[in-house]
Amino acid sequence: MNKENAITPVFPVGKGKEDVVIRIKDLKKRFGDNHVLNGFNMELYQGENLVIMGKSGSGKTVMIKCLVGLMQPDSGSIEVMGKDITKLDRKALDLLRADIGFLFQGSALYDSMTVRENLEFPLRRHKERFRDRADTETLVLEALKSVGLSHTTELMPAELSGGMKRRVALARTLIMNPRIILYDEPTSGLDPITAKEIIELMRIIQARYRTSALIITHDVDCARVISDRMILLVDGINYAEGTYRELQRSADPQVKAFFK
Amino acid sequence: MYGIKGISGKVAGFFRLSGELSYFAGRYFTEVWKPPFEIRELLHQCYNVGNRSFPLVGITGFIIGLVLTLQTRPTLQEFGAVSWMPAMVGISIVREIGPVVIALICAGRVASGIGAELGSMRVTEQIDAMEVSGTNPFKFLVVTRITATTLMVPVLVIIGDVLALYGSFLIEHLKGNVSFQLYFNQVFDSLEFSDLIPATVKTFFFGFAIGLVGCFKGYYCTKGTVGVGTAANTAVVAASMLIFILDFIAVLISDIFYEL
Repeated sequence: MNKENAITPVFPVGKGKEDVVIRIKDLKKRFGDNHVLNGFNMELYQGENLVIMGKSGSGKTVMIKCLVGLMQPDSGSIEVMGKDITKLDRKALDLLRADIGFLFQGSALYDSMTVRENLEFPLRRHKERFRDRADTETLVLEALKSVGLSHTTELMPAELSGGMKRRVALARTLIMNPRIILYDEPTSGLDPITAKEIIELMRIIQARYRTSALIITHDVDCARVISDRMILLVDGINYAEGTYRELQRSADPQVKAFFK
Repeated sequence: MYGIKGISGKVAGFFRLSGELSYFAGRYFTEVWKPPFEIRELLHQCYNVGNRSFPLVGITGFIIGLVLTLQTRPTLQEFGAVSWMPAMVGISIVREIGPVVIALICAGRVASGIGAELGSMRVTEQIDAMEVSGTNPFKFLVVTRITATTLMVPVLVIIGDVLALYGSFLIEHLKGNVSFQLYFNQVFDSLEFSDLIPATVKTFFFGFAIGLVGCFKGYYCTKGTVGVGTAANTAVVAASMLIFILDFIAVLISDIFYEL
Protein backbone atom coordinates (compact mmCIF):
# COMPACT_ATOMS: atom_id res chain seq x y z
CA MET A 1 0.00 0.00 0.00
CA ASN A 2 2.92 2.37 -0.39
CA LYS A 3 3.78 4.60 -3.31
CA GLU A 4 6.33 2.08 -4.68
CA ASN A 5 3.50 -0.32 -5.52
CA ALA A 6 1.74 2.32 -7.55
CA ILE A 7 1.45 2.00 -11.31
CA THR A 8 3.58 4.46 -13.26
CA PRO A 9 1.48 7.53 -14.14
CA VAL A 10 0.50 7.90 -17.74
CA PHE A 11 1.21 11.32 -19.23
CA PRO A 12 -1.81 12.17 -21.37
CA VAL A 13 -1.13 12.09 -25.09
CA GLY A 14 -0.77 15.45 -26.76
CA LYS A 15 -0.72 17.41 -23.53
CA GLY A 16 2.21 19.32 -22.14
CA LYS A 17 2.98 21.01 -18.88
CA GLU A 18 1.69 24.34 -20.19
CA ASP A 19 -1.79 22.77 -20.49
CA VAL A 20 -2.13 22.02 -16.77
CA VAL A 21 -5.27 23.67 -15.33
CA ILE A 22 -5.05 22.16 -11.83
CA ARG A 23 -1.84 21.13 -10.11
CA ILE A 24 -1.90 19.70 -6.57
CA LYS A 25 1.41 19.09 -4.82
CA ASP A 26 1.95 17.12 -1.62
CA LEU A 27 -1.50 17.92 -0.20
CA LYS A 28 -1.95 17.01 3.44
CA LYS A 29 -5.03 17.32 5.60
CA ARG A 30 -5.93 15.75 8.90
CA PHE A 31 -8.81 15.97 11.36
CA GLY A 32 -7.40 15.34 14.83
CA ASP A 33 -5.60 12.01 14.63
CA ASN A 34 -7.29 11.08 11.39
CA HIS A 35 -4.83 11.74 8.55
CA VAL A 36 -7.12 12.00 5.52
CA LEU A 37 -4.70 13.26 2.87
CA ASN A 38 -1.05 12.22 3.20
CA GLY A 39 0.72 13.96 0.36
CA PHE A 40 -1.67 13.75 -2.55
CA ASN A 41 -0.40 14.87 -5.96
CA MET A 42 -2.38 15.47 -9.10
CA GLU A 43 -2.39 17.33 -12.40
CA LEU A 44 -5.45 17.97 -14.54
CA TYR A 45 -4.86 18.96 -18.15
CA GLN A 46 -6.89 21.21 -20.40
CA GLY A 47 -9.84 19.33 -21.92
CA GLU A 48 -9.14 16.19 -19.91
CA ASN A 49 -11.61 14.06 -17.92
CA LEU A 50 -9.78 12.83 -14.85
CA VAL A 51 -11.56 10.34 -12.62
CA ILE A 52 -10.55 9.89 -9.00
CA MET A 53 -11.72 6.68 -7.40
CA GLY A 54 -11.33 5.56 -3.85
CA LYS A 55 -13.15 3.91 -0.98
CA SER A 56 -15.40 5.91 1.32
CA GLY A 57 -13.26 7.91 3.72
CA SER A 58 -10.23 7.83 1.44
CA GLY A 59 -10.17 11.64 1.23
CA LYS A 60 -11.77 12.27 -2.18
CA THR A 61 -14.35 14.78 -0.99
CA VAL A 62 -11.86 16.50 1.34
CA MET A 63 -9.49 16.88 -1.61
CA ILE A 64 -12.16 18.38 -3.88
CA LYS A 65 -13.29 20.76 -1.10
CA CYS A 66 -9.69 21.93 -0.61
CA LEU A 67 -9.58 22.50 -4.35
CA VAL A 68 -12.33 25.16 -4.27
CA GLY A 69 -11.29 26.69 -0.96
CA LEU A 70 -14.11 25.20 1.12
CA MET A 71 -11.44 23.63 3.33
CA GLN A 72 -7.93 24.76 4.08
CA PRO A 73 -5.22 22.09 3.65
CA ASP A 74 -2.64 21.64 6.41
CA SER A 75 0.19 21.78 3.88
CA GLY A 76 0.87 21.47 0.17
CA SER A 77 -0.07 23.66 -2.75
CA ILE A 78 -3.13 23.81 -5.01
CA GLU A 79 -2.70 25.73 -8.24
CA VAL A 80 -5.80 26.37 -10.32
CA MET A 81 -5.04 27.98 -13.68
CA GLY A 82 -1.68 29.11 -12.32
CA LYS A 83 -2.99 30.60 -9.07
CA ASP A 84 -2.30 29.07 -5.69
CA ILE A 85 -5.76 29.12 -4.15
CA THR A 86 -4.43 28.69 -0.60
CA LYS A 87 -2.86 32.16 -0.90
CA LEU A 88 -5.73 34.06 -2.53
CA ASP A 89 -7.86 36.61 -0.67
CA ARG A 90 -11.63 36.24 -0.67
CA LYS A 91 -12.23 38.51 -3.68
CA ALA A 92 -9.62 36.82 -5.87
CA LEU A 93 -10.87 33.40 -4.79
CA ASP A 94 -14.45 34.31 -5.74
CA LEU A 95 -13.28 35.49 -9.16
CA LEU A 96 -11.39 32.24 -9.70
CA ARG A 97 -14.37 30.20 -8.51
CA ALA A 98 -16.39 31.65 -11.39
CA ASP A 99 -14.20 29.54 -13.68
CA ILE A 100 -14.83 26.38 -11.64
CA GLY A 101 -18.16 24.60 -11.70
CA PHE A 102 -18.98 22.27 -8.83
CA LEU A 103 -21.64 19.58 -9.02
CA PHE A 104 -22.38 18.50 -5.45
CA GLN A 105 -23.16 14.92 -4.50
CA GLY A 106 -26.71 15.72 -3.37
CA SER A 107 -27.23 18.40 -6.06
CA ALA A 108 -27.38 21.12 -3.34
CA LEU A 109 -30.20 23.06 -5.01
CA TYR A 110 -31.52 25.92 -2.86
CA ASP A 111 -34.78 24.55 -1.46
CA SER A 112 -36.44 27.93 -0.99
CA MET A 113 -35.87 29.04 -4.60
CA THR A 114 -37.43 28.01 -7.90
CA VAL A 115 -35.31 26.39 -10.60
CA ARG A 116 -35.03 29.77 -12.34
CA GLU A 117 -33.85 31.49 -9.13
CA ASN A 118 -31.39 28.65 -8.50
CA LEU A 119 -29.83 29.28 -11.90
CA GLU A 120 -29.87 33.06 -11.55
CA PHE A 121 -28.19 32.94 -8.15
CA PRO A 122 -24.56 32.43 -9.28
CA LEU A 123 -24.96 35.22 -11.86
CA ARG A 124 -25.62 37.86 -9.18
CA ARG A 125 -21.99 38.16 -8.15
CA HIS A 126 -20.46 37.95 -11.60
CA LYS A 127 -22.49 40.41 -13.69
CA GLU A 128 -19.42 41.91 -15.40
CA ARG A 129 -18.50 38.45 -16.65
CA PHE A 130 -21.73 38.25 -18.63
CA ARG A 131 -21.85 41.80 -19.96
CA ASP A 132 -21.31 40.61 -23.51
CA ARG A 133 -23.57 37.63 -23.20
CA ALA A 134 -27.32 37.47 -23.48
CA ASP A 135 -29.65 38.63 -20.71
CA THR A 136 -30.28 36.49 -17.63
CA GLU A 137 -33.51 35.01 -18.94
CA THR A 138 -31.82 33.72 -22.10
CA LEU A 139 -28.87 32.36 -20.12
CA VAL A 140 -31.19 30.44 -17.78
CA LEU A 141 -33.21 28.97 -20.65
CA GLU A 142 -30.05 28.11 -22.58
CA ALA A 143 -28.54 26.29 -19.60
CA LEU A 144 -31.78 24.41 -18.87
CA LYS A 145 -32.15 23.49 -22.54
CA SER A 146 -28.66 22.01 -22.55
CA VAL A 147 -29.74 19.55 -19.83
CA GLY A 148 -33.16 18.95 -21.43
CA LEU A 149 -35.24 20.65 -18.71
CA SER A 150 -36.36 23.95 -20.22
CA HIS A 151 -39.94 23.36 -18.98
CA THR A 152 -39.00 23.36 -15.28
CA THR A 153 -38.17 27.04 -14.70
CA GLU A 154 -40.96 27.75 -12.23
CA LEU A 155 -40.79 24.43 -10.34
CA MET A 156 -39.39 24.13 -6.82
CA PRO A 157 -36.56 21.61 -6.18
CA ALA A 158 -38.94 19.51 -4.06
CA GLU A 159 -41.05 18.93 -7.18
CA LEU A 160 -38.14 17.41 -9.12
CA SER A 161 -36.97 13.79 -9.22
CA GLY A 162 -33.40 12.88 -8.16
CA GLY A 163 -32.21 12.77 -11.78
CA MET A 164 -33.88 16.10 -12.61
CA LYS A 165 -32.28 17.72 -9.56
CA ARG A 166 -28.87 16.53 -10.71
CA ARG A 167 -29.55 17.96 -14.20
CA VAL A 168 -30.67 21.32 -12.81
CA ALA A 169 -27.56 21.40 -10.60
CA LEU A 170 -25.50 20.74 -13.72
CA ALA A 171 -27.31 23.58 -15.52
CA ARG A 172 -26.54 25.88 -12.57
CA THR A 173 -22.90 24.93 -12.97
CA LEU A 174 -22.94 25.48 -16.74
CA ILE A 175 -24.56 28.91 -16.60
CA MET A 176 -21.26 30.35 -15.38
CA ASN A 177 -19.53 28.96 -18.49
CA PRO A 178 -16.77 27.37 -16.38
CA ARG A 179 -13.42 26.16 -17.69
CA ILE A 180 -13.24 23.36 -15.14
CA ILE A 181 -16.09 21.25 -13.73
CA LEU A 182 -15.69 19.27 -10.52
CA TYR A 183 -18.13 16.40 -10.12
CA ASP A 184 -18.56 14.93 -6.63
CA GLU A 185 -20.18 11.50 -7.06
CA PRO A 186 -22.35 12.58 -10.02
CA THR A 187 -24.26 9.29 -10.20
CA SER A 188 -24.65 8.42 -6.53
CA GLY A 189 -28.20 7.77 -5.38
CA LEU A 190 -29.50 7.46 -8.94
CA ASP A 191 -31.00 4.40 -10.61
CA PRO A 192 -28.80 2.81 -13.34
CA ILE A 193 -30.81 4.30 -16.23
CA THR A 194 -30.76 7.85 -14.84
CA ALA A 195 -27.08 7.41 -13.94
CA LYS A 196 -26.35 6.52 -17.59
CA GLU A 197 -28.27 9.59 -18.73
CA ILE A 198 -26.21 11.80 -16.42
CA ILE A 199 -22.96 10.25 -17.66
CA GLU A 200 -24.05 10.82 -21.26
CA LEU A 201 -24.93 14.40 -20.40
CA MET A 202 -21.48 14.90 -18.88
CA ARG A 203 -19.91 13.66 -22.11
CA ILE A 204 -22.05 15.97 -24.23
CA ILE A 205 -21.24 18.94 -22.01
CA GLN A 206 -17.54 18.20 -22.14
CA ALA A 207 -17.67 18.10 -25.94
CA ARG A 208 -19.85 21.21 -26.29
CA TYR A 209 -18.24 23.45 -23.67
CA ARG A 210 -14.68 22.04 -23.97
CA THR A 211 -14.29 21.94 -20.20
CA SER A 212 -11.77 20.03 -18.14
CA ALA A 213 -13.42 17.75 -15.63
CA LEU A 214 -12.39 16.20 -12.34
CA ILE A 215 -14.81 13.44 -11.44
CA ILE A 216 -14.96 11.75 -8.07
CA THR A 217 -16.86 8.51 -8.20
CA HIS A 218 -17.26 4.94 -6.95
CA ASP A 219 -19.10 4.07 -10.14
CA VAL A 220 -16.84 1.91 -12.31
CA ASP A 221 -19.22 2.24 -15.29
CA CYS A 222 -19.04 6.01 -15.01
CA ALA A 223 -15.24 5.86 -14.86
CA ARG A 224 -15.10 3.54 -17.90
CA VAL A 225 -17.28 5.75 -20.06
CA ILE A 226 -16.03 9.18 -19.09
CA SER A 227 -12.38 8.92 -18.04
CA ASP A 228 -9.34 9.86 -20.07
CA ARG A 229 -7.21 9.05 -17.06
CA MET A 230 -7.80 7.72 -13.55
CA ILE A 231 -6.23 8.04 -10.13
CA LEU A 232 -6.89 5.58 -7.33
CA LEU A 233 -6.82 7.30 -3.98
CA VAL A 234 -5.90 4.99 -1.11
CA ASP A 235 -5.11 6.19 2.40
CA GLY A 236 -4.75 9.76 1.23
CA ILE A 237 -2.15 9.16 -1.50
CA ASN A 238 -2.45 8.57 -5.25
CA TYR A 239 -1.91 4.85 -5.09
CA ALA A 240 -2.24 4.10 -8.79
CA GLU A 241 -2.64 6.16 -11.93
CA GLY A 242 -3.36 5.34 -15.56
CA THR A 243 -6.09 4.88 -18.13
CA TYR A 244 -9.15 2.79 -17.32
CA ARG A 245 -7.80 -0.15 -19.32
CA GLU A 246 -4.37 -0.01 -17.68
CA LEU A 247 -5.82 -0.01 -14.19
CA GLN A 248 -8.33 -2.70 -15.05
CA ARG A 249 -5.47 -5.00 -16.13
CA SER A 250 -3.43 -4.30 -13.01
CA ALA A 251 -2.35 -7.28 -10.92
CA ASP A 252 -2.25 -5.20 -7.76
CA PRO A 253 -4.92 -6.57 -5.37
CA GLN A 254 -5.95 -3.12 -4.14
CA VAL A 255 -6.47 -1.91 -7.70
CA LYS A 256 -8.24 -5.12 -8.74
CA ALA A 257 -10.65 -4.73 -5.84
CA PHE A 258 -12.14 -1.64 -7.45
CA PHE A 259 -12.94 -3.44 -10.69
CA LYS A 260 -14.58 -6.55 -9.23
CA MET B 1 -12.25 12.77 40.49
CA TYR B 2 -14.56 11.99 37.58
CA GLY B 3 -17.08 14.50 38.92
CA ILE B 4 -14.53 17.30 38.97
CA LYS B 5 -13.37 16.36 35.47
CA GLY B 6 -16.94 16.32 34.24
CA ILE B 7 -17.72 19.71 35.76
CA SER B 8 -14.52 21.32 34.49
CA GLY B 9 -15.26 19.89 31.04
CA LYS B 10 -18.72 21.43 31.07
CA VAL B 11 -17.38 24.78 32.27
CA ALA B 12 -14.72 24.72 29.56
CA GLY B 13 -17.41 23.81 27.02
CA PHE B 14 -19.58 26.71 28.17
CA PHE B 15 -16.71 29.20 27.82
CA ARG B 16 -15.74 27.77 24.43
CA LEU B 17 -19.34 28.11 23.22
CA SER B 18 -19.56 31.65 24.61
CA GLY B 19 -16.33 32.52 22.79
CA GLU B 20 -17.58 31.06 19.52
CA LEU B 21 -20.91 32.89 19.85
CA SER B 22 -19.07 36.16 20.57
CA TYR B 23 -16.86 35.62 17.52
CA PHE B 24 -19.99 34.95 15.44
CA ALA B 25 -21.56 38.18 16.73
CA GLY B 26 -18.33 40.05 16.00
CA ARG B 27 -18.33 38.71 12.46
CA TYR B 28 -21.91 39.97 12.05
CA PHE B 29 -20.88 43.50 13.09
CA THR B 30 -17.93 43.36 10.68
CA GLU B 31 -19.98 42.13 7.71
CA VAL B 32 -23.16 44.17 8.22
CA TRP B 33 -21.54 47.44 7.06
CA LYS B 34 -19.82 45.98 3.99
CA PRO B 35 -21.41 45.93 0.53
CA PRO B 36 -23.08 44.19 -1.20
CA PHE B 37 -26.17 44.79 0.91
CA GLU B 38 -28.68 42.01 0.42
CA ILE B 39 -31.72 44.30 0.62
CA ARG B 40 -34.11 41.96 -1.19
CA GLU B 41 -33.23 39.03 1.06
CA LEU B 42 -33.45 41.29 4.14
CA LEU B 43 -36.99 42.35 3.18
CA HIS B 44 -37.90 38.73 2.53
CA GLN B 45 -36.63 37.77 5.99
CA CYS B 46 -38.45 40.72 7.61
CA TYR B 47 -41.63 39.42 5.97
CA ASN B 48 -40.89 35.89 7.21
CA VAL B 49 -40.19 36.97 10.78
CA GLY B 50 -42.82 39.70 11.05
CA ASN B 51 -45.78 38.69 8.99
CA ARG B 52 -45.66 34.99 9.75
CA SER B 53 -45.23 35.50 13.50
CA PHE B 54 -47.95 38.13 13.66
CA PRO B 55 -50.99 35.81 14.19
CA LEU B 56 -49.26 33.91 17.01
CA VAL B 57 -47.98 37.07 18.68
CA GLY B 58 -51.34 38.82 18.26
CA ILE B 59 -53.41 35.99 19.77
CA THR B 60 -50.93 35.46 22.61
CA GLY B 61 -50.79 39.18 23.44
CA PHE B 62 -54.59 39.45 23.43
CA ILE B 63 -54.99 36.42 25.72
CA ILE B 64 -52.30 37.71 28.11
CA GLY B 65 -54.32 40.92 28.50
CA LEU B 66 -57.55 38.98 29.14
CA VAL B 67 -56.01 36.56 31.62
CA LEU B 68 -53.97 39.15 33.50
CA THR B 69 -57.06 41.30 34.04
CA LEU B 70 -59.30 38.36 34.98
CA GLN B 71 -56.76 37.04 37.49
CA THR B 72 -55.93 40.40 39.07
CA ARG B 73 -59.43 41.88 39.26
CA PRO B 74 -60.74 39.89 42.28
CA THR B 75 -57.68 40.81 44.40
CA LEU B 76 -57.91 44.51 43.50
CA GLN B 77 -61.68 44.40 44.17
CA GLU B 78 -60.96 43.05 47.66
CA PHE B 79 -58.88 46.15 48.41
CA GLY B 80 -61.28 48.50 46.58
CA ALA B 81 -58.56 49.32 44.06
CA VAL B 82 -60.17 48.26 40.77
CA SER B 83 -59.64 51.76 39.40
CA TRP B 84 -55.89 51.03 39.47
CA MET B 85 -56.38 48.18 37.01
CA PRO B 86 -55.51 50.08 33.75
CA ALA B 87 -52.37 51.57 35.30
CA MET B 88 -51.24 48.26 36.78
CA VAL B 89 -51.89 46.25 33.63
CA GLY B 90 -50.38 48.97 31.43
CA ILE B 91 -47.14 49.20 33.39
CA SER B 92 -46.70 45.45 33.80
CA ILE B 93 -47.41 44.71 30.14
CA VAL B 94 -45.36 47.52 28.62
CA ARG B 95 -42.38 47.24 30.96
CA GLU B 96 -42.00 43.52 31.44
CA ILE B 97 -44.62 40.96 30.45
CA GLY B 98 -45.11 42.09 26.84
CA PRO B 99 -41.43 42.24 25.80
CA VAL B 100 -40.42 39.03 27.56
CA VAL B 101 -43.39 36.87 26.58
CA ILE B 102 -43.45 38.04 22.95
CA ALA B 103 -39.66 37.58 22.71
CA LEU B 104 -40.00 34.05 24.11
CA ILE B 105 -42.70 33.28 21.54
CA CYS B 106 -40.42 34.61 18.80
CA ALA B 107 -37.58 32.46 20.19
CA GLY B 108 -39.80 29.40 19.80
CA ARG B 109 -41.16 30.35 16.41
CA VAL B 110 -38.24 32.14 14.75
CA ALA B 111 -35.01 30.85 16.36
CA SER B 112 -36.04 27.23 15.83
CA GLY B 113 -37.08 27.99 12.24
CA ILE B 114 -33.78 29.69 11.44
CA GLY B 115 -31.80 26.94 13.20
CA ALA B 116 -33.60 24.20 11.25
CA GLU B 117 -33.44 26.04 7.91
CA LEU B 118 -29.74 26.89 8.05
CA GLY B 119 -28.95 23.48 9.58
CA SER B 120 -30.67 21.73 6.72
CA MET B 121 -28.87 23.98 4.21
CA ARG B 122 -25.56 23.09 5.88
CA VAL B 123 -26.04 19.32 5.82
CA THR B 124 -27.31 19.30 2.23
CA GLU B 125 -24.27 21.38 1.13
CA GLN B 126 -26.42 24.34 0.01
CA ILE B 127 -24.22 26.72 2.03
CA ASP B 128 -21.12 25.25 0.36
CA ALA B 129 -22.80 25.67 -3.04
CA MET B 130 -23.42 29.34 -2.22
CA GLU B 131 -19.80 29.82 -1.23
CA VAL B 132 -18.55 28.16 -4.42
CA SER B 133 -20.83 30.37 -6.54
CA GLY B 134 -19.02 33.45 -5.20
CA THR B 135 -21.73 34.57 -2.78
CA ASN B 136 -20.73 35.13 0.83
CA PRO B 137 -23.21 32.82 2.63
CA PHE B 138 -22.61 34.53 5.97
CA LYS B 139 -23.72 37.83 4.49
CA PHE B 140 -26.62 36.40 2.50
CA LEU B 141 -28.00 34.04 5.16
CA VAL B 142 -26.79 35.21 8.56
CA VAL B 143 -26.54 39.01 8.33
CA THR B 144 -30.00 39.31 6.75
CA ARG B 145 -31.67 37.04 9.31
CA ILE B 146 -30.08 38.66 12.38
CA THR B 147 -30.92 42.14 11.06
CA ALA B 148 -34.49 41.05 10.31
CA THR B 149 -35.09 39.67 13.81
CA THR B 150 -33.44 42.75 15.39
CA LEU B 151 -35.83 45.02 13.48
CA MET B 152 -39.00 42.94 13.60
CA VAL B 153 -39.12 41.69 17.21
CA PRO B 154 -39.63 45.26 18.57
CA VAL B 155 -42.48 45.75 16.07
CA LEU B 156 -44.06 42.46 17.14
CA VAL B 157 -43.69 43.42 20.81
CA ILE B 158 -45.48 46.74 20.19
CA ILE B 159 -48.30 44.93 18.37
CA GLY B 160 -48.48 42.33 21.17
CA ASP B 161 -48.59 45.06 23.83
CA VAL B 162 -51.39 46.94 22.06
CA LEU B 163 -53.48 43.78 21.71
CA ALA B 164 -52.81 42.80 25.34
CA LEU B 165 -54.03 46.21 26.50
CA TYR B 166 -57.07 45.88 24.25
CA GLY B 167 -57.81 42.45 25.76
CA SER B 168 -57.54 43.94 29.23
CA PHE B 169 -59.85 46.79 28.23
CA LEU B 170 -62.47 44.30 26.97
CA ILE B 171 -62.64 42.60 30.38
CA GLU B 172 -62.80 45.94 32.18
CA HIS B 173 -65.51 47.10 29.79
CA LEU B 174 -67.58 43.94 30.29
CA LYS B 175 -67.12 43.68 34.04
CA GLY B 176 -66.80 47.33 35.11
CA ASN B 177 -68.41 49.18 32.19
CA VAL B 178 -65.24 51.23 31.68
CA SER B 179 -65.14 53.24 28.44
CA PHE B 180 -62.36 52.91 25.86
CA GLN B 181 -61.25 56.51 26.35
CA LEU B 182 -61.18 56.32 30.15
CA TYR B 183 -59.30 53.03 30.15
CA PHE B 184 -56.57 54.15 27.76
CA ASN B 185 -56.30 57.61 29.34
CA GLN B 186 -55.50 55.88 32.61
CA VAL B 187 -53.04 53.56 30.94
CA PHE B 188 -51.12 56.39 29.25
CA ASP B 189 -51.28 58.61 32.34
CA SER B 190 -49.48 55.93 34.29
CA LEU B 191 -46.76 55.41 31.67
CA GLU B 192 -43.68 57.59 31.35
CA PHE B 193 -40.90 57.73 28.80
CA SER B 194 -38.69 56.05 31.39
CA ASP B 195 -41.02 53.05 31.13
CA LEU B 196 -41.25 53.02 27.34
CA ILE B 197 -37.65 53.64 26.31
CA PRO B 198 -35.85 50.85 28.23
CA ALA B 199 -38.69 48.44 27.40
CA THR B 200 -38.38 49.22 23.69
CA VAL B 201 -34.58 49.28 23.61
CA LYS B 202 -34.31 45.86 25.22
CA THR B 203 -36.56 44.32 22.55
CA PHE B 204 -33.91 45.15 19.92
CA PHE B 205 -31.43 43.13 21.99
CA PHE B 206 -33.96 40.31 22.34
CA GLY B 207 -34.42 40.29 18.56
CA PHE B 208 -30.66 40.30 18.01
CA ALA B 209 -30.22 37.40 20.46
CA ILE B 210 -32.95 35.35 18.75
CA GLY B 211 -31.41 35.82 15.29
CA LEU B 212 -27.86 35.34 16.52
CA VAL B 213 -28.51 32.06 18.34
CA GLY B 214 -30.73 30.63 15.59
CA CYS B 215 -28.15 31.43 12.91
CA PHE B 216 -25.20 30.22 15.03
CA LYS B 217 -26.79 26.86 15.76
CA GLY B 218 -27.90 26.33 12.17
CA TYR B 219 -24.76 27.63 10.45
CA TYR B 220 -22.47 25.27 12.36
CA CYS B 221 -24.85 22.32 12.29
CA THR B 222 -23.23 18.89 11.91
CA LYS B 223 -24.28 15.22 12.13
CA GLY B 224 -26.91 15.16 9.37
CA THR B 225 -30.65 15.23 10.01
CA VAL B 226 -30.19 14.51 13.72
CA GLY B 227 -28.01 17.61 13.86
CA VAL B 228 -30.77 19.70 12.23
CA GLY B 229 -33.22 18.68 14.98
CA THR B 230 -30.62 19.41 17.64
CA ALA B 231 -29.86 22.81 16.09
CA ALA B 232 -33.55 23.78 16.11
CA ASN B 233 -34.04 22.55 19.66
CA THR B 234 -30.91 24.09 21.19
CA ALA B 235 -31.57 27.36 19.35
CA VAL B 236 -34.87 27.76 21.25
CA VAL B 237 -33.35 26.83 24.61
CA ALA B 238 -30.29 29.08 24.22
CA ALA B 239 -32.31 32.01 22.82
CA SER B 240 -34.82 31.77 25.71
CA MET B 241 -31.99 31.73 28.26
CA LEU B 242 -30.31 34.69 26.60
CA ILE B 243 -33.60 36.62 26.68
CA PHE B 244 -33.88 36.15 30.46
CA ILE B 245 -30.23 37.11 30.99
CA LEU B 246 -30.59 40.22 28.80
CA ASP B 247 -33.83 41.14 30.57
CA PHE B 248 -32.10 40.90 33.94
CA ILE B 249 -29.24 43.12 32.70
CA ALA B 250 -31.75 45.61 31.20
CA VAL B 251 -33.68 45.82 34.47
CA LEU B 252 -30.44 46.35 36.44
CA ILE B 253 -29.34 49.15 34.12
CA SER B 254 -32.76 50.88 34.08
CA ASP B 255 -32.86 50.66 37.90
CA ILE B 256 -29.56 52.54 38.04
CA PHE B 257 -31.10 55.28 35.89
CA TYR B 258 -34.24 55.41 38.08
CA GLU B 259 -32.08 55.98 41.14
CA LEU B 260 -30.15 58.85 39.54
